[in-house]
Amino acid sequence: MKTAVIVFPGSNCDRDLAVALEAVTGKAPAMVWHGENQLPDGLGLIALPGGFSYGDYLRCGAIAARSPIVRAVVEAAERGTPVFGVCNGFQVLTETGLLPGALMRNEALDFVCRDVALTVENAQSAFTSRYEAGETIRIPVAHHDGNYNADSETLDRLEGEGRVAFRYAETVNGSARNIAGVLNAAGNVLGMMPHPERRIEAAHGGDDGRRLFEGLLETVGA
Amino acid sequence: MKVRVVVTLKPGVLDPQGKAVHKALGGLGFAGVEDVRTGKLVELDVADDTSDTAIDEMCRRLLANTVIENYRVERL
Repeated sequence: MKTAVIVFPGSNCDRDLAVALEAVTGKAPAMVWHGENQLPDGLGLIALPGGFSYGDYLRCGAIAARSPIVRAVVEAAERGTPVFGVCNGFQVLTETGLLPGALMRNEALDFVCRDVALTVENAQSAFTSRYEAGETIRIPVAHHDGNYNADSETLDRLEGEGRVAFRYAETVNGSARNIAGVLNAAGNVLGMMPHPERRIEAAHGGDDGRRLFEGLLETVGA
Repeated sequence: MKVRVVVTLKPGVLDPQGKAVHKALGGLGFAGVEDVRTGKLVELDVADDTSDTAIDEMCRRLLANTVIENYRVERL
């Protein structure tokens, strides 16, 4: 599977994602700079990393969502290419409108940086097929603005359509209905605040994040 | 021409920063503050013939996130 990681000024988890993708797919991803306006051909996954793109100016992810390469990412997502946004990448995806809702300042105003327990809500998506529905996994979070917010109608729709991929199994940041990760309607776009790319081998303290990438590889094909 | 765009959180959207400011005001001994909501001010210097529609589009496409925020435009 050919993959790409988008790199914005201020991204700081692009290398973590690249290491995880290479470990699982056996191929180093293409690192694509934000100023490019074209993606490599034949991608099985486009990943948007964590960090502080454009210094979080205006709103987290707001400027990145309007960068030239993200226009190409939106077009690819609409054609069905899997797109995965972690942390700041999730914020970027909501800012593009590919995913509903918005990520606001954590309710307690603290930067939260620790392992959290997540419940897998939907184990049937391209990203989550290697998990069991209802399973509890441990994945680290590191964010200041991860408080997921959407109107109750949108939240009901997300729940009804099985688009809540992961939910916090503990209080983390004040997110509506403890939502940690959401899918788009077509199921090819996932955004989540926790960092599965930081939990892919025993040396990381566990490999609960690895199955996300393995599941995707299995779905998309080598 | 100067244009001022005021971006505020929609009513009902929790404003943790406003809450913190509210608490801090109480800590300073200011009584009678019922609520605090924070927002953002963006000042634009635009060509005189910039239309309302163009400014509105700037707000909708970038300056405000209409999922959680409202905006108000003031021409100065």
